[in-house]
Amino acid sequence: MGRAKLPRKSTSIDMTAMCDVAFLLLSFFILTTKFKPAEAIAVTTPNSVAAKVAPDKDFVMVIIDKDGKVFLSMDDENKKEFIANALNNTKNLNINVQAFKKANFFGAPLSSIASFVALPEDQRKGGNLPGIPVQDTANNELLTWMRLVNEAYQGNKAPNLLMKGDNLAKYPSFKAVIDAFKKNDFLKFQMVTNPEAVPVGTDLWKANQTGEKREE
Amino acid sequence: MAEMDTSGGGGHKKGPGVKKGKKLSTRVDLTPMVDLGFLLITFFIFTTTMSQPTAMKLFLPKDADKPEDQNKAKESGVITVLLGKDNNVFYYEGQLDNSASNFKSSNFKDIRGVLLDKKSRTNEKDLVVIIKPSSECTYRNVIDILDEMSINVLKKYALVDILKIEEDLIKVSEQNATGAN
Repeated sequence: MGRAKLPRKSTSIDMTAMCDVAFLLLSFFILTTKFKPAEAIAVTTPNSVAAKVAPDKDFVMVIIDKDGKVFLSMDDENKKEFIANALNNTKNLNINVQAFKKANFFGAPLSSIASFVALPEDQRKGGNLPGIPVQDTANNELLTWMRLVNEAYQGNKAPNLLMKGDNLAKYPSFKAVIDAFKKNDFLKFQMVTNPEAVPVGTDLWKANQTGEKREE
Repeated sequence: MAEMDTSGGGGHKKGPGVKKGKKLSTRVDLTPMVDLGFLLITFFIFTTTMSQPTAMKLFLPKDADKPEDQNKAKESGVITVLLGKDNNVFYYEGQLDNSASNFKSSNFKDIRGVLLDKKSRTNEKDLVVIIKPSSECTYRNVIDILDEMSINVLKKYALVDILKIEEDLIKVSEQNATGAN
């Protein structure tokens, strides 16, 4: 039985084209990637259908972590300096203004804020910090903080007030923060969330389909 | 592409007797390089954060001190949503009965149907959703229910403090629910 011999073909393929594609994609991803800055306070934000991108400039952010501890963070150093001076003047806290300016966030009772900013940056991590006391309605220190923020921004454009809460934070902390906002006439704020698709078939989905502008 | 021209530059011929060096193939096996490339791609795909965080806006009403300054809502158009612990949702329409017979329990999946049902039955102007988070519910629950408002295009809603009776009712219903299981 003679079987016709098939000519054996080489199985090696020219990888050059594939290599080109791979590295093209690679360079794209390297260039577009933005590493998340290591966050001192771990917060997993909930999802929402909101489509507006959260502002990352000129913000005052209140962070609520999963244990309901509250932190305040802001980016404008001049305003921070103002707040530090105001705290020193009114409450004699002896805060190191330069260290206060450099701190990314604040999360300690006012009485110990001086030692809080004196801590080295890498020791200032969410888990073991006390947070700003808010739970006690009679002594909601966030009220003081927000009042100072209000004074610091007096005459300027109002800052983007952000709230970033953890999924597991309990409502009382949220309520305390809202109260502090309300009492200082900060009636507009934004909550940081992860984007989520609008469920198909709902009214909002229909409105989006017809190209209606969404009210933000 | 991966080959280079190795046929010798200049084109001047070597004299007779000069041995030609053996031509080595410059073809390189690119497979490992492709492997490496894709490995790095996967790494960057996984570490990259394409979606930027979004922000949902919330406008707070100013606290009205005097009862006559407070907004009034028609009883027939009001639905109150209460948030309990472990993602439980309760609701009632209008005023809470003395016997709490209109106090119903629900969850985050079904509440959309309830809200839509209410929306279809009431005049748009009168419809007000009152959200009362209990102290046991989480931040996520509050965001979810606010999100539900924007998903169902409910324009009028308010975050209101929970009353003691309602909190007790939630507790009782939650206990009943766990007892039944």
